[in-house]
Amino acid sequence: MKRNGQVLLTVEHITKQFGGVVAVNDVSFDVNKGEILAVIGPNGAGKTTLFNIVTGILAPSSGTVRFNGTDITGKKPYQIAQLGMTRTFQNLEVFTNMSVIENVMTGAHRNMKTSFLQAGLRVPSVKKEEKAVEEKAMRCLEKVGIAHLAYERAETLPYGNQRLLEIARAIAAEPALILLDEPMAGLNDEESRWLVEVILQLRKEGLTFVFVEHDMETVMAISDHIVVLDNGVKIGEGTPEEIYRNKAVVAAYLGEEETVC
Amino acid sequence: MINEVLHTLPQVLIDGLTLGAVYAIVALGYTMVYGILELINFAHGEIFMTGAFVGTAILLTFAGFGWLASMPALVALVLVLVVTSVVTGLLGMGIERVAYRPLRNAPKLITLITAIGVSFLLQDIVRFIAELKNGNYILTGPSLFSGQIGIKVSSISSIFNDASVKSSFFIVLIVAVIMMVTLDFFVNKTKWGMAMRAVAQDRETAALMSVNVNKVIALTFFIGSALGGATGVLFAIQYGTIDPYIGFILGLKAFTAAVLGGIGNIRGAMFGGILIGIMEMFAAANLPVISHGVLGAEYKDVFAFAILIIVLIFKPEGLFGKVSVEKV
Repeated sequence: MKRNGQVLLTVEHITKQFGGVVAVNDVSFDVNKGEILAVIGPNGAGKTTLFNIVTGILAPSSGTVRFNGTDITGKKPYQIAQLGMTRTFQNLEVFTNMSVIENVMTGAHRNMKTSFLQAGLRVPSVKKEEKAVEEKAMRCLEKVGIAHLAYERAETLPYGNQRLLEIARAIAAEPALILLDEPMAGLNDEESRWLVEVILQLRKEGLTFVFVEHDMETVMAISDHIVVLDNGVKIGEGTPEEIYRNKAVVAAYLGEEETVC
Repeated sequence: MINEVLHTLPQVLIDGLTLGAVYAIVALGYTMVYGILELINFAHGEIFMTGAFVGTAILLTFAGFGWLASMPALVALVLVLVVTSVVTGLLGMGIERVAYRPLRNAPKLITLITAIGVSFLLQDIVRFIAELKNGNYILTGPSLFSGQIGIKVSSISSIFNDASVKSSFFIVLIVAVIMMVTLDFFVNKTKWGMAMRAVAQDRETAALMSVNVNKVIALTFFIGSALGGATGVLFAIQYGTIDPYIGFILGLKAFTAAVLGGIGNIRGAMFGGILIGIMEMFAAANLPVISHGVLGAEYKDVFAFAILIIVLIFKPEGLFGKVSVEKV
């Protein structure tokens, strides 16, 4: 489905097979710059597999992925991340052996120019860069509202704050696109509301989001565009209003309507 | 008996610190690689040994050309340390690239056997080259710091005997401390150090943060091997005579030190190394006294390993290690 706007990510005829099982089957869609696109579908629909293909963790069986005009199909995850795509995870993946601010500074790895030799020799530019990165990391933590926890160990943070830390770490890379894998999972209502606020604020600053989510209230509230998967197949695509009225989508979520005799 | 133990304590501490510093830095190589790959790199002891041979070969070459006499000992040492570190660092990277990287997703046992194979290979290559050049694989390098310094400990208390140290003791200790502090700073405060810690915890997530995992692993091998090689030079300077088999038992003890401190924990490895060194020297000096002559000084290794077993029974994760929680 073509829409107005500058295309940032193109997923084209992506198929992924695991042995005889087709996890993703001929899925195509575009993500425009500055929009929030949701990928929804029942459990086992292939959403996380699709995310893993886009970020390079899995190679597709067929099809192509283009990001910012570059074909990234089959590229390594770190190469894709260096192009400006970051992600968060369904299960929290913060570096618990580091402080909160170090986690965020690790997120900024792609923008740090220090070579191993420079780091070892402690040339003046290194200290300058490290100071700048630490300040930037602090600003990222301020954006998500956990700057006061900057020097705590990441493992001591409550679940909701670890989610926010993942977002802060993702934005530290100054990415063009952030993929959020079930960002609302495990959050209470207050935390969910705050996270929605954070995402909308970051979108205002020019970031683009693709997210997988089961919380339909959130999906309908913040998405500009929705792609629906079921059993690895794209069964619907459109604005929240269009998806809300789509019979195939309703059937996939609620089961076929039965005729009452 | 306690008096006799106290008499020798100053000398035990001096000798123990020297040996412990060597163990500590070699232990760092084991712990860094284990932290990042969960691989026990049993070839690391041989990297240390190769460093000792490379350093000694450079010193012998300098002496052969008559440069050593006209060069300040410290300048010669720094030069040898730098060259040896680079050589052994690159050797470590090469071993990782050729022997370990292709097996990264193989069962751990296969990689472990490969590491032992690499260890024997290095021993025999060094032995072959040494015999080819000198007709003998046991080398004695030129003495850089040969002075003896007496320390009048008895003036503090008559319980203690006086101690004597080779002037190289201070060099070994200072260089070892510099290496340990620099590494600790590098790992905890720099971009690449943070990348190393990220990869050590979660390779996949680190890659998604744009960290080049292969590069970080290669870098870890370079640093660990460079430190190991430099320590080989310090060992050769302190103890004089080297052979291709010094790395085996020393590597085993350094690995023990890493386990004692908590494998994967850098500060733990440092502490474990110094502890093992002091315990070993304590045993060498005092076992005959404590056991009333039943056990000689040659049982010092048994003492060190017995302490390790006792520690691991009560604290399996090591002194500084964290209990790992396995999610099921």
